[in-house]
Amino acid sequence: MTTTGIGAPVRRKEDFRFITGQGRYTDDIERPGQAHAYFLRSPHAHANIRSIDVSAARAMPGVVGVLTGEDLAKDGVGGLICGWMIHSKDGSPMKAGAHPALAVGKVRYVGDHVAVVIAETLAAAKDAAEAIVVDYETLAPVVDMNAAVKPGAPVIHDVASDNVVYDWHLGDKAATEAAFAKAKHVAKIDLVNNRLVPNPMETRAAIGEYDAGTEGYTLYTTSQNPHVARLVLSAFIGIAPEHKLRVIAPDVGGGFGSKIFIYAEETVCVWAAKKVGRPVKWTSDRTEAFLSDAHGRDHITHAELALDERGKMLAMRVKTKANLGAYLSTFSSCVPTYLYAPLLSGQYDIPAIYCEVEGIYTNTAPVDAYRGAGRPEATFVVERIVEVAARELGQDPAAFRRKNFVRKFPHQTPVIMAYDTGDYAASLDKALELIDYKNIGKRKRESARAGKLRGIGFSAYIEACGIAPSAAVGSLGAGVGLWESAEVRVNPVGTVEVLTGSHSHGQGHETTFAQLVCERLGIPIDQVAIVHGDTDKVQFGMGTYGSRSGAVGMSALSKALDKVIAKAKKVAAYALEASDADIEFKDGRFSVAGTDKSLAFGEVALQAYIAHKFSGQDLEPGLKEGAFYDPTNFTFPSGVHICELEIDPDTGVTKIDRWVAVDDFGIVINPMIVEGQVHGGIAQGVGQALLEGAHYDETGQLVTASYMDYCMPRADDLPSFTVGATVTPCPSNPLGIKGCGEAGAIAAPPAVINALTDALGHEDVTMPATPQVVWRAARKAALRAAAE
Amino acid sequence: MYAFTYQRPKTVRQAAGLIAKNVDAKLLAGGQTLLPTMKQRLASPPAVIDLAKIEGLAGIERKGRTVVIGAMTKHADVGTSAIVREAIPALAALAENIGDPAVRNRGTIGGSVANNDPSADYPAACLALGATIVTNKRKIAADDFFQGMFTTALEEGEIIVKIAFPLPSKAAYAKFPNPASRYAMVGVFAAKRGSEVRLAVTGASSDGVFRWTAGEEALRGRFSPKSLEGLSVPADGMISDIHGSADYRAHLVGVMAKRAVTTAIGK
Repeated sequence: MTTTGIGAPVRRKEDFRFITGQGRYTDDIERPGQAHAYFLRSPHAHANIRSIDVSAARAMPGVVGVLTGEDLAKDGVGGLICGWMIHSKDGSPMKAGAHPALAVGKVRYVGDHVAVVIAETLAAAKDAAEAIVVDYETLAPVVDMNAAVKPGAPVIHDVASDNVVYDWHLGDKAATEAAFAKAKHVAKIDLVNNRLVPNPMETRAAIGEYDAGTEGYTLYTTSQNPHVARLVLSAFIGIAPEHKLRVIAPDVGGGFGSKIFIYAEETVCVWAAKKVGRPVKWTSDRTEAFLSDAHGRDHITHAELALDERGKMLAMRVKTKANLGAYLSTFSSCVPTYLYAPLLSGQYDIPAIYCEVEGIYTNTAPVDAYRGAGRPEATFVVERIVEVAARELGQDPAAFRRKNFVRKFPHQTPVIMAYDTGDYAASLDKALELIDYKNIGKRKRESARAGKLRGIGFSAYIEACGIAPSAAVGSLGAGVGLWESAEVRVNPVGTVEVLTGSHSHGQGHETTFAQLVCERLGIPIDQVAIVHGDTDKVQFGMGTYGSRSGAVGMSALSKALDKVIAKAKKVAAYALEASDADIEFKDGRFSVAGTDKSLAFGEVALQAYIAHKFSGQDLEPGLKEGAFYDPTNFTFPSGVHICELEIDPDTGVTKIDRWVAVDDFGIVINPMIVEGQVHGGIAQGVGQALLEGAHYDETGQLVTASYMDYCMPRADDLPSFTVGATVTPCPSNPLGIKGCGEAGAIAAPPAVINALTDALGHEDVTMPATPQVVWRAARKAALRAAAE
Repeated sequence: MYAFTYQRPKTVRQAAGLIAKNVDAKLLAGGQTLLPTMKQRLASPPAVIDLAKIEGLAGIERKGRTVVIGAMTKHADVGTSAIVREAIPALAALAENIGDPAVRNRGTIGGSVANNDPSADYPAACLALGATIVTNKRKIAADDFFQGMFTTALEEGEIIVKIAFPLPSKAAYAKFPNPASRYAMVGVFAAKRGSEVRLAVTGASSDGVFRWTAGEEALRGRFSPKSLEGLSVPADGMISDIHGSADYRAHLVGVMAKRAVTTAIGK
């Protein structure tokens, strides 16, 4: 390992820029003549729009334009799309209601886009928005999933008269039923996976611009995947053909999935730029972010686990209702289906699994992928029911898990996934040691003496990352392939620019991708630049989500580097007057085997460009190579997290005392960045378990629309984490990488809830387990103890 | 934010004159409630009268058995004041735990008291310590000043100048913060001065800060958390929201009162 190569804890190259305020985010960009957009949003959860009168607003000072859904329709601008087709059990396609970027005839959630005002200043736009007269006919809203599917419930989209988007299933129902029939014990659980608001530090923003000379559009936007945004805006929404639309996603301050999607606002900004003849800028304020960013999670689940007399798992059946909100967001349909049910085998050898999922419309913000996307929901089901089963059987939860672990690889689960490698027992053993499991009884007694309740909770998670083999996802309904591309441009002086289709919005690609280049080409890290986030620079890319940048994006880079080295060897052979086969490349030098003749990488690069030593007919001048990499499988990061906490039964306050995370991410490029990802993920997972929850009242108003009511995790909510690692290199990509972005957020919620229920002695705790929830649960536990 | 006239008087008299001419105008102290409300377009005063340039409104002094704090004194200054820390450490600790550093370095004691937010901390301190609120017109005892959620004895055009806190023999504030906003969901300030015991509760009641007289009664016999065992406040009239129902808040009043007394006798 070199100091800047694979495995080195290199300080993030981008951080100086970020922490000194020199980052350049979308809102930092000012375009000449730019006007400001403000969206008039629906105050009602469900209403017909009888009419919209914009005449007074248009006459207000400073107004450049006021546009509505009618104007969009007149210009032939298409609606927002959902890019993953899900078919119901009966083979019928999902019922996708129309999703115009500005409402036509009806609004379906509080925050739905009704009109846009474009003005010289934001204040002028807001003033004018107040002058728009909308005649609403309010309709009964429905925000609760169970209520939405009852006969006679308000109908949100005419195409789905029962509010069911799809009724989908996966697995072998007959085999599962047969296994349950012979089970000695069946564990059962009912769970709610609470709705979350993503809350990246930077809110969404967009600037649309139109150049009448070239007839080209430019969109600056907060995107995790600018090429996908361009593809959707071109091919589906119809703003402009791809070669006339440039999408730039500059520095982006966090996404957590919420910036994957193609939203109404950027669509409107880029369209309106031509309409009003001015660049149009919109930046979401925090309240708008709460109302209109795609939310995450929001499941209701009943699960059952069948066991034999020794506690071996025989089968699992799961029935889930997933709230998809008022419209289908870009990838919403796949999150509670193909990103969820295939993970229900967890780390366990379960012969049969059957899962049914109903996707449901409600008058709430659309729900889509949020850090983990389906996998945290699956892990919560698996790790909660496994814990309950161990308790019901009177078995140690660690030993019970160990007994049921998958041990032989590759392992084909009954729900699509073929696990390639892993060593689950190794992670468990290490985690038990780090948390000092053998003394937990002593620590519980000490807490009890102080009037506190101590509990310990396990979470042995698995996730599917490095998404994904294009043909495989295509067969499951995806509208796109999920390969990645990279291009390596070697300059004549030997410095390197990498153009990648991956996008960094906090992940540190400018460092980790450069580390791979250093490792392979042997050049200093400051001679490598990583270019991303601009469709005019990078040819194409699928973007960053699902921990795919390392496993897929860097694999593409690795392939491109292979090609660069192969070409450079040919150049070196000419320059050193040797044959190709005799050229060796090591530590940044090309040498002729068995001689002292050698050239540095930069010297060979120069030879490639001056082309004096070879004929252009024999070898093309220059040194630039590209590659597309399509993965052969998902990757399967796994690990064991253990949470140990203490409850104050007088107040219900939960204090997390210890946290151990032992993760197997395969080969790690930068352990410091990986540890940071684990820390952030745990914080978000603890947030879900203890603090965060989006709450709509029965009229469909979002009660938690600011930080006064939506509780984000803060440093003092968390302990210092003990992070360990085990390594089984991933055999499914050339670098052995598995991915680490979601692990903490996936592992943490069941670890916390298992610890809380351990402390309380009963299973009746919902997320977020706020002090009030825990206080009630503790009272219930005390009453139960008194009765015994 | 809507357009408004910005006025910056140099004296309390000038400020009083400006507000007398324009009763819909708002006085601006630290702006920690007013400005966010205006930015969200929930308030649209025609004029804002900024008290920042009035001399003599900020400052802390000890006068015998009383600490006097100017209305424009920032929370951070109260929290770190050597005078307050020595004379009424519970008040300094309360101030140091309001909001976050940004709030503490802008927000003022006079602004907080005049606003009488039902979840604010200072009203509990004023009521429990038996403070006197001094305005440009008169002196008002804390018992008479706080009259319900966002309601005070202040008349139109009346401006708080300073607040006088008599020194307690024992005092402490125990706050159970709302997990999200970190405002007091229940805050209990316990104070003992001579034979007088006061327990002031903020955050809990939909009527704003109040004195828990049954608790005071019990503590008058013996100033110990044990005296509060078995006592509870009725849940009627307690605030109920997604963070805490009325019965949970009522329960927390008892817990926080005991913790405040425990801390008070520990010092």
